[in-house]
This record gives sequence, C-alpha cells and structure tokens, in this order.
Amino acid sequence: MPDVEANEVIGMAGPIKAIGLLVTIVFAIGLILYAAKSNRAATKADNLTSTLGGPFELAARDGSTVTNQTLAGKPYAIFFGYTRCPDVCPTSLARMARLRKQLGADGKKFNIVFVSVDPEHDKPADIASYVDMFGTAIIGLTGTEAQLNKIEKRFGVFVRRVPMDPSQPEGDYTIDHTAAIYLMSATGALIGTIDHQESNATALEKVKRLIA
Amino acid sequence: MRPVFRSIFLCTLALNLAAPLMAHGFTAGSLKIDHPWTRETTKGQVVGGGFLTIVNEGKVDDLLVSATTPGAAEVQLHTVTMNNGVMQMRRVKGGIAIPARQVVKLEPGAMHIMFMGLKAPLARGKMLPVALRFRRAGIVKVQFAIQPVDSSGLNEAGHAGR
Repeated sequence: MPDVEANEVIGMAGPIKAIGLLVTIVFAIGLILYAAKSNRAATKADNLTSTLGGPFELAARDGSTVTNQTLAGKPYAIFFGYTRCPDVCPTSLARMARLRKQLGADGKKFNIVFVSVDPEHDKPADIASYVDMFGTAIIGLTGTEAQLNKIEKRFGVFVRRVPMDPSQPEGDYTIDHTAAIYLMSATGALIGTIDHQESNATALEKVKRLIA
Repeated sequence: MRPVFRSIFLCTLALNLAAPLMAHGFTAGSLKIDHPWTRETTKGQVVGGGFLTIVNEGKVDDLLVSATTPGAAEVQLHTVTMNNGVMQMRRVKGGIAIPARQVVKLEPGAMHIMFMGLKAPLARGKMLPVALRFRRAGIVKVQFAIQPVDSSGLNEAGHAGR
C-alpha cells in the first residue's frame, strides 16, 4: 500500500516539475533576450546575485553582535525560522546538518546559520539550546524587530505572523515564512537557494558548489 | 555480574534503547495506527509536531476529531502547505478525514498533530502517551516515540524511524 502511494506522488510530481521547468526556461530566455537587448548581459548577471543579501546586524547566543562582516570569509547556508515551528524548520536544519556530515572534512568549509524571526518567544539562549540539538555547529541568531525587518527585506524573506485562531488575534500565532535555505558566498553574496522540496542529491550538489 | 546475566542485561538494555526507533503500531477496530512519532524538544521550546500513519481497513469512513496528551496543555490538528516558497501552517477545521480503505499519512510537509504548551521538553528515546479521538473508533490510546530532532523529513527516506 505505501508503495502505491509513493508512486502516485512521483506521478504527480512529473507534470508539476515539467511545468516548473518550462516556466523557468521561458523566464530565462526572456531574461537573456532582455539582457542582450540592453547590451548589459554581464552586469545583469552581477545584479541578480547582488540584489539579495547585503549588510545586516543581528545578535548571537551570548548577545554579541553578528554582522555580515562577522560571517564573511567562509560561505554559509542561512535559514530563517522559529523554534516553535514543528515541521519545516527542524527538517531544514536537520538537512543541513546531514549534508555537512555527508561532506566529511569538507563539511567544515561552510557555516550553517539559523535566524529566528520570532524575537518575542525566542531569546538568544533558547535559540542556542535549539540549534545545539542538531549535533553540529549551527550559528543561531536573532535580533530586534527593526534588525530582523532589515535582513528579511534584504534577503527577500517573507515573514508574517498569523493568529492560530482568527477569532483571537492576540492569542497564539504561527509564522508564515520563506522555507528556502539561502546559500551565501564567503563575501556574503547570494549564490543560490535550496528549496524545501528539493531532493537531497540536488541539495548536496549545491553545497558542493558553494564550498568549491 | 556473571557473564550470562550481563549479556542478558545488555541485550535487554539495547532493545529498550532501540524501541522508540523501531516501528510500532496500534489497532482499534478497523483502524491501524502506524508508528506515531515526534521530535525531541529543548527547554524553551513549548511546541512539538506529531506524525503518524492511519490505515482505515474498514468499509466506513472515519474522522480524526481531536487528541489529548498529559504532556501538553493543548493538542491541535494542523496542515502545512507551501505557497510560493512560503511555509504556511494552519489549524485543520472539522478534523482529518480517514476515508474507508485508505491510508492517511500525517508526515512532515503535510499534516501533523501539534502539541502546544509542552509541560516538559520531549526527551529522546522516551514515549509520549496520546489519546486520539475518532468519530467512529472512539478514543484510541497510542504512544508517540520521541525521536532525535533530525528524524525524517520530505525526500529523506529511511529517517522516519522505520
């Protein structure tokens, strides 16, 4: 029975992937035509990677300030979430931890960074004990609302608090948030993302490229 | 300790330690509940997601209405969807349908049972008792295996503890 289910899921994914690929190709062709037309192909590519990322300032587990400068010098994978997220966040951090393990000695060539976008609940010490569960060094960060707004904007990360019970807007909330893992170069430029639904093999290739 | 007793002791210990990582199941009438599991949590982390597979071998539809556990103040049923790369978690209204002759999987990336207001962190290797309430099958008591935080996930076969 589970086998049948698995096949169905794969069967569904085929057409969706094909459509996704088609959209990507059409978009890419459009972009190339646009770039060629404006005769700025080289600068266009630079712009694409440099539009996301940039200066930010957050707080580490001991309360000290961590900026993009602090993280510079080593590529890093950065993920935005919150410790009360029961699904996507532990899955993503566990995946990064596993990818690092798969890389063996090369696993040390990049940092894993977790940014909590829920400063109301997640204090630096909470984030520290959370990331420590994953059995590998993960840099846990958070910041003030203003600091977080700034980095979310710079990284194009969507974050929205949504009440669990619409009739109680002041009650418990969940946070809709971007589930992608951002891959940053040693200079802090965005060079790619790992999508939540991507296979581990693809993700591993991306991390290999990140640290190459 | 005599060697023979020591080896028996060690075997028993090993089995006990391995228990939460092995598949376990529960049966209630025509419902089979396969390997309920959750992830360990740390202090300050007051919620946890629970996952399980429910097989309805009967000819009649059922409905997972709600759940309770002595380990948490409240238990909710949630669904998780991805919308343009954004994760959205929402409360499931009216319960989770368990249609006749079907398998319903509550798994990462889809649906889960959310333990809210955990009274103590969920410790790896322990079990969390949970009472599931079905419309037809009634209350079914199960044990959620508390697995390492890096257990399972989408596209990560072999990590669901099976």
